[in-house]
Amino acid sequence: MKKIVLSSLLLLCLAATVSAQGNTLLLNAAGATFPYPIYSKWFDVYHNEHPNIQINYQSIGSGGGIRQVLAHTVDFGASDGPMSDEQLAQAGFKILHFPTVLGADVPSYNVPGVTAELNFTQKALAGIYLGTITKWNDPEIANANKGVNLPNADIVVVHRSDGSGTTYIWTDFLSKISEDWKNKVGKGTSVNWPVGLGGKGNEGVSGLVKQTPNSIGYIELIYALQNSIPFGKVQNAAGKFLKADLAGVTAAAAGAAKDMPDDFRVSITNTPGAAAYPVSSFTWLLIPAKIDDAAKRDAVKGFLKWMMTDGQTYNETLSYAKLPKPVVEKEMKAISLIQ
Amino acid sequence: MSTTATTIDRAAPPEVGPRAFIRRLRDGDEIAHVVTLVFAAAILLITSLLVYELWMDSRLSRAKFGWDFFWTRTWDPIFDHFGALPFIYGTLVTSVVSLMIAVPLGLAAAVFLAELAPRRLSDGIAFLIDLLAAIPSVIYGLLGIFVVVPLMRTVIGPALKAVLGKLPLFGGPNYGVGFLTAGIVLAIMVVPFIISVSREVLLTVPGDQREAALALGATRWEATWQVVVPWARTGIMGSVFLALARALGETMAVTMVIGNDPKVSASLFAPGYTIAAVIANEFTEATGDLYLSALIELGLVLFLMTFILNGLARILIVATERGGGHPS
Repeated sequence: MKKIVLSSLLLLCLAATVSAQGNTLLLNAAGATFPYPIYSKWFDVYHNEHPNIQINYQSIGSGGGIRQVLAHTVDFGASDGPMSDEQLAQAGFKILHFPTVLGADVPSYNVPGVTAELNFTQKALAGIYLGTITKWNDPEIANANKGVNLPNADIVVVHRSDGSGTTYIWTDFLSKISEDWKNKVGKGTSVNWPVGLGGKGNEGVSGLVKQTPNSIGYIELIYALQNSIPFGKVQNAAGKFLKADLAGVTAAAAGAAKDMPDDFRVSITNTPGAAAYPVSSFTWLLIPAKIDDAAKRDAVKGFLKWMMTDGQTYNETLSYAKLPKPVVEKEMKAISLIQ
Repeated sequence: MSTTATTIDRAAPPEVGPRAFIRRLRDGDEIAHVVTLVFAAAILLITSLLVYELWMDSRLSRAKFGWDFFWTRTWDPIFDHFGALPFIYGTLVTSVVSLMIAVPLGLAAAVFLAELAPRRLSDGIAFLIDLLAAIPSVIYGLLGIFVVVPLMRTVIGPALKAVLGKLPLFGGPNYGVGFLTAGIVLAIMVVPFIISVSREVLLTVPGDQREAALALGATRWEATWQVVVPWARTGIMGSVFLALARALGETMAVTMVIGNDPKVSASLFAPGYTIAAVIANEFTEATGDLYLSALIELGLVLFLMTFILNGLARILIVATERGGGHPS
């Protein structure tokens, strides 16, 4: 009797787990922290519309995302910087990049007595971060800001101390506009800064800037908008001084769409176009080109299609810039590469 | 202890074989013995696993940089060149500064609470101090950013510069963040440990020691500093090393106020970096294998540093005991 009860209980348990697995398909993903707010919104909305698909995303950082994809511990990853050629070669299987949203960096500063919005030329930003421009009244800054009374004070440079996509965008921009920066420092989520103090996170950098007189630091556009932090204009490739906004960031991506490589691993900093904000970047999903489980493959493809159409409508409420149309069309074609 | 054991042994020679084992098992002694042994062994196992993992995962970096890792000043994730010197320096400097502030402060407070304050007041304050020790470090970091950093820039820094500005130790620009600020925040964090443990130890000093000194004509001050404190010296040292251990490994509060700049500077006003802080900052976004390996080697270095400092601490205790004081 006892045996029968026990075995029937066991059977019931088994049946329950099997049916649970049959009902919802769980996809695991991990990676970048910068797009986490929009990703969690997307995955939540997508789950409500498709109750049988649940995507579990861990925002462990871009480096972690890349490592987890390489180790096959997640179904797909996410990164703020594209994977390098070596990393792709090391993978042993093909990994596709899909841009999802756009981000941008803005220079925020604290110069006592200056209330005007400052213009930063490309040379000025490179010089400040290389440590070759050390005073606020340096001609390179002063000439772009006629009529502003800049003090003869030392510039305190602030940068991110934690590895981050924000730093990747900033250093990618500096590498493009300055040979010196490219050769001495380079681009990455953490670099060997020639000068400056490090703050942890956007809040750390903006906190240091707010507190330290005569300082300048770069922060994420979204963070600046959501916390109403004033920031300066940056000169773009066309020579115009632009104040960052979501439209300018989308324009930067559109400027790069024409000669976008098929694998989407492209930098969109300093792209041509009078309306293109120069310190912008994509953030990517990293998806294996070959997914053996048919159900998972369909789920991933379905989500990608939804993300590029309906999903994009959620971007601006969360202060993320939308993907431009040409990029969406190109990505739609790339979905068929997943097999 | 050993004498009682031998007498019992003589009275009834220990049974051997499985039957005796089962009997002892039934009595519970053997179970308690095995359980505690397993738990004690687990500590050893965890520690050796930790070292093993750090050692294995850092092999890329160890093979590439060898001993140079310890005295290279560059930390460049882009060109894959890594050295630990600025981080070792920053960790040591902030810990030493914090102890230089916290030890006199903590010890004096403990002496007051144990020797001079009325017992009720002492217990009440001790309760509050234990609460202080339980505050998460990120809260201390916020305190650092919003209170200590502005104070440092506008009051403490300029004052120190006015008096001691000629020394290289207090030279250079003062941003508010840096070694000294990190040291001060760490001192605030570790002082509760020193007070709490030292007070407990001072309270265990037998009353007749104190009375004997007073009876010999010593003043309260003399009795405290020449009899009570030396008696409790081992325990007080223990509290200091507990504080040192926390200062060495502190991450959040330090990274919020130290400036996170991997440089070796003579000035205490200069920004610096510590081992724990750089690991916490860069680990999540470290993509290259060598980069990751170098970060793990930093972890190994921190482990070694705590190990060496604890060893030195033991030697110091033994050495001072030989010089006098009470024997245990």
